[in-house]
Amino acid sequence: MNVILSSRLQKTTVLIAGFVVLAVVMVASILFGINQYSLTTAVEAYTQFSGSEEHLIITTSRMPRTLTAVAVGSSLAVAGVLLQALTRNPLASPSLIGVNAGAAAAIVTTIVVFGSQFPVSQMMWAGFIGAGVTALLVYGLASAGRGGMTPIKLTLSGAAVAAFASSVTSLFMLLQEKTMTEAFYWLVGSVEGRQLDHFFMIIPYLLVGWLGAMLLTGSLNLMVLGDDVATGLGQKIILVKATAILLVVLLAGGSVALAGPIAFVGIIIPHLCRFLVGLDHRWLIPYSIVFGGAFLVCADLLSRLVLMPMRLEVPVGVATAMIGVAFIIPLVRRRAYA
Amino acid sequence: MHRHVVIRTKKPALSFHVDKRALGINFLLFLLLSAVIVLSIGLGSLHIPVWEVIKAFVGAGSEQNELIVLDWRLPRVVVSVMVGASLAVSGAILQSLVRNPLASPDLIGTTAGATAAAVAFITFAKDVSVQWMPLVALIGGLLTATLTYLTAWKGGVSPFRLALVGVCISAGMGALTIFFLIITQTHKASNALGWMTGTVYGTSWVNVMTLLPWTVLFLVATIFQIRYLNAQELGDDIAKGIGVAIDKKRLLLIAISVALAGAAVGVAGGISFIGLMAPHIARRLVGSAYGYLLPASAVLGGMLVVLADLIGRTVFLPHDLPAGIFTAAIGAPFFVYLLYKTRNHQ
Repeated sequence: MNVILSSRLQKTTVLIAGFVVLAVVMVASILFGINQYSLTTAVEAYTQFSGSEEHLIITTSRMPRTLTAVAVGSSLAVAGVLLQALTRNPLASPSLIGVNAGAAAAIVTTIVVFGSQFPVSQMMWAGFIGAGVTALLVYGLASAGRGGMTPIKLTLSGAAVAAFASSVTSLFMLLQEKTMTEAFYWLVGSVEGRQLDHFFMIIPYLLVGWLGAMLLTGSLNLMVLGDDVATGLGQKIILVKATAILLVVLLAGGSVALAGPIAFVGIIIPHLCRFLVGLDHRWLIPYSIVFGGAFLVCADLLSRLVLMPMRLEVPVGVATAMIGVAFIIPLVRRRAYA
Repeated sequence: MHRHVVIRTKKPALSFHVDKRALGINFLLFLLLSAVIVLSIGLGSLHIPVWEVIKAFVGAGSEQNELIVLDWRLPRVVVSVMVGASLAVSGAILQSLVRNPLASPDLIGTTAGATAAAVAFITFAKDVSVQWMPLVALIGGLLTATLTYLTAWKGGVSPFRLALVGVCISAGMGALTIFFLIITQTHKASNALGWMTGTVYGTSWVNVMTLLPWTVLFLVATIFQIRYLNAQELGDDIAKGIGVAIDKKRLLLIAISVALAGAAVGVAGGISFIGLMAPHIARRLVGSAYGYLLPASAVLGGMLVVLADLIGRTVFLPHDLPAGIFTAAIGAPFFVYLLYKTRNHQ
């Protein structure tokens, strides 16, 4: 396979450059939008907080939004890498194991059963739990039987359980129209209007996910060679697979709870990174963390800026898909598939 | 007991073998579908006994029953069967071509494109009749699938590239749909949401006639391609080796699959799950030989949509809910059961 960056030096350099890009887009995301601020204002908002409107917007709106975008982008990208290694299916993405559908179903069910008395933070737990339960159910189902978990069984049980969960969601939404507007908040991926406490509530789980993925890289490299080879080389594949799934639940479940289903980051970023550094997960995971975060911040910034004249805010999930299409198709065409 | 029976004739010189079990299951499924159709016509806000339904069919029922059975419920059931069968066969074809278990009409963008076109139509068309919507959706689906195919073309279409490009383009169309939903007015958005879920509500004989030529023509066309579908399953190299012009056949098969799904989506909206799961359910019941797999998929697909619509219009009265909600609600548990039961097969 042709890889753009071949030497270790090149890979390190680009990774550092990636961090710089991430920092730059984060600053841009804090400064630009319907109101523009200068860098000094942004710094002052934290050093000499005056309670002015500008400072309030920066600390309570722009900053949480930017941090959420970084965390969610990185997590989805890593979850994508893990799932693609696990299923050996390049089309696998977090939605495959039902996390999005499960989270949405759990949230809508909570709204219907308990009314809308819960604050957003409680709803996030419902989403997280729904995502986790669905993913574990899918994994359990796929692991049943003699062959253990095979990619095809995981894919199929994921699709079936997800389809069931989303039919529950649609049922509640169509039966109670009031639910629809509230649930829409989660059904369309967005990082807008998230608060810092929401971010801090979920970030520990995401951190565990990133760290775990970094520790798992060696095993992942063997996993993609196939179960037999991995076993032959001394991997406890059941343990590795179970760990990987657990990490995916943390990463994807946390992201969905925080921002709703944001399409495509889990597919585009791993593919892009593979294109840059090849199949070695020791590089692929850190690259995905950095570029996933940067990508989602960029997408959010773009969705804010492009439609600004129309005074419309388009959820970032829409922008990621649009950018994704323009971006990944040339990539797919360039690679030679048999 | 021998599962296969070999049949040979001297004149004309023919020889083929019949899988008794698969044939039997197909036959049972067909009987089951007929029973489901008759039952489903009888049930509703006004209950009609099975005997009366059959009498209405042969023209011996009361005038009221004939009106309900023949003019209201029958077209709805017929459209359900056709939609389900089309989507299931469309999915079965794509799964053979792409050799990816995730393949379904959604994969190459047909459904997403049709949905985007329909929602755009709801958003922008001011004084145009809603009757044009199926046509608009159909065109959207066909255009999107063509776009996918052309984008994936590079001196030939590899199944894998087709799948990747298809997922991308579908996601893009999905994003466009959400965008249209956001800029449109609320009451229109909920209208669009119902359509996106997929419904056969309010179908009449006109809809039946719109869909019928497509379904029949392309289902028959599929029958003639069965041996190529079987060959495709073996992989590109073997298929080429036994003399299949794979790029040509692939284009033809994709065109059939798109036409089937596009027409179904145009009439009934984005009914999910059927194209993906009906072929898998069928595969677990009758095996992978397409001669048995296709009819079983079609019958199962039709049955799922009829049942889903039955639940949608009876269980939650006075609501008449879109069938698309329930296709997965019935199909998924059954599929999970099959998956579990056959867990030790490979």
